[in-house]
Formats: sequence, C-alpha cells, structure tokens
Amino acid sequence: MTVTAVRKDPQRLTLTIEAEFDASVERVWQLWADPRQLERWWGPPTYPATFTKHDLAAGSRIEYHMTGPAGDQPHGYWDVLEVEPPRRIVLRGGCAYGDGTLTTEVPISTIRVSIEEVAQGRTRMSIENVFPSTEAMEQILAMGTQEGQRQAVSQIDAVLAEETIRR
Amino acid sequence: MVVLVEIAPPDFDRVFAALADHTRRDIVRRALSAEEGVLELANHYPMSFAAVQKHVAVLERAGLITKQRIGRRRVVRTNREALLVARRLLDQYEGLWRARIDRMNQLIAETAGAIATVETKKSKR
Repeated sequence: MTVTAVRKDPQRLTLTIEAEFDASVERVWQLWADPRQLERWWGPPTYPATFTKHDLAAGSRIEYHMTGPAGDQPHGYWDVLEVEPPRRIVLRGGCAYGDGTLTTEVPISTIRVSIEEVAQGRTRMSIENVFPSTEAMEQILAMGTQEGQRQAVSQIDAVLAEETIRR
Repeated sequence: MVVLVEIAPPDFDRVFAALADHTRRDIVRRALSAEEGVLELANHYPMSFAAVQKHVAVLERAGLITKQRIGRRRVVRTNREALLVARRLLDQYEGLWRARIDRMNQLIAETAGAIATVETKKSKR
C-alpha cells in the first residue's frame, strides 16, 4: 500500500500525508515535474486538470484549470516558492476566475513536497498542506471534488476498500 | 460552496484569527483537559497575567473556550466542536490526497516499462 502515514493537526490546519512508491526518486519527481503526468493525477477522472502554464522554477506561476462534467472550469494557480530537483518543492496555491485573474491575493494554501529514497527502487514522498483558514480548505475541496460531498465520500470509500483488499 | 459543514461555528474568521497565535493555540491545547483556571494557565507563559487574560478573552469571544464553574473554581475548557469543524475538513482533504496518490501509483505502474525513457528525458531540464 502506498499511503504510509497521515498526520492531521486541526489547530494548525495542517495535513501531512506520506506515501511510498516502488519507483526511483526521479520517477516520482516526474509526477510533479511533467505537466502531462500531473494532469493524470491532480483531478479525479470526472474533473480532469489541464495545466496551461507549467515551469517548475522558483518565482514562476503554474496555471491550471479543471473541467467538470457540466463543462464548468474552475481555475487555479501555484506560485513556485522553492524547487530543488528531484527532492523538494514548495508551492503556494490559490483559486482564479475563469479569465485567469486571481480570486484573491490571499494565498489559500501552502504545499511542501519532499521526495527521498528509502531503499533501492523505493521512494517516499511527503506532502504537507498548510491552510490559513477553514474557508480556504473548503475552497480547495470544492476545486478538487466539485461534484460534491457525495463523490468525495465515495472516493474515500473506494480508497479504503482498495486498502483492505491490498492488506 | 460545495462542501457542507454541519457544525457551523458563528464566525470562521474569528475562530482562525484566534488560532493564528501560538500562545492561544497552546491555551486551547491545555484547556482540552479543563483542569486549570486563568491564573494557573498564566503560570505556563513568560508574560503578565493580564496578557494571558487577554488571550483567553480572544479565545472566549471566538467560541473556542468557555469558562466553567467547578465548585468554587472557574476552569477554562476548550470547545471541541469548534475544533471538530477543522478536523472534518482535514478528513475530507485526506480523502482527496489518498485518491491522488492512488492515481500516481497507477500512473507509475502504467509507465513502468517506460522508465528508461523518462530517466533520459530529465537531462532536458
């Protein structure tokens, strides 16, 4: 199973999730570094993501949108704060309007990714998410699972079911 | 907003402004066990009693803590419901990431045969 640890701190609004992959550090890095690969996992199948601007370099802004079943397209962006290939990325993400202008100048979350080798061909990725408010979290959740709570719950169930099968 | 939160505290902004301070988060943590009054809480911090009292007042206004009378004492108690809202959102967010990691894994498995190609591509960076 891939997810090896989850740490939640409701007071600090932080979620850290760790996963291990049977792949090299470089292979796992490509999940973030290659926009075509990012598109394959960022959004759920019903809300695929399209990255329209993607340069993983400190100071650049990555832009993407998601496309829902009804044709709705919520937009988002990440400001790249730090990059250290192939092991570290710090992003500050937010939402944008359809025309690309930012909904707010207030950043809505910070994502810290670190990638390290734990054994030959085995790589651990840790993703830390820090939110400034619960409203920001709601916004992000709405972006990621726009189809609503129902789907979010069924996704969780599906993941949990798979987990059981694997164990 | 798509995400529904059944427990709705009166004022999100106030709650999170209150939690944005380290000392106040610490007070919330200590008050989970509801054993200490303001005076006892104040002993934990290198600041005046009045300063701690102010922090407690901010938390109280945000609905994060209440003062409860136990016998002759008044203890500070954390309102767990207010923290539960954040907890619930974190749970949903965990589900989101678990699904993403699942997709990452599928992608890696799918392209396992093509690793060599990906590895050589990195030089273009």
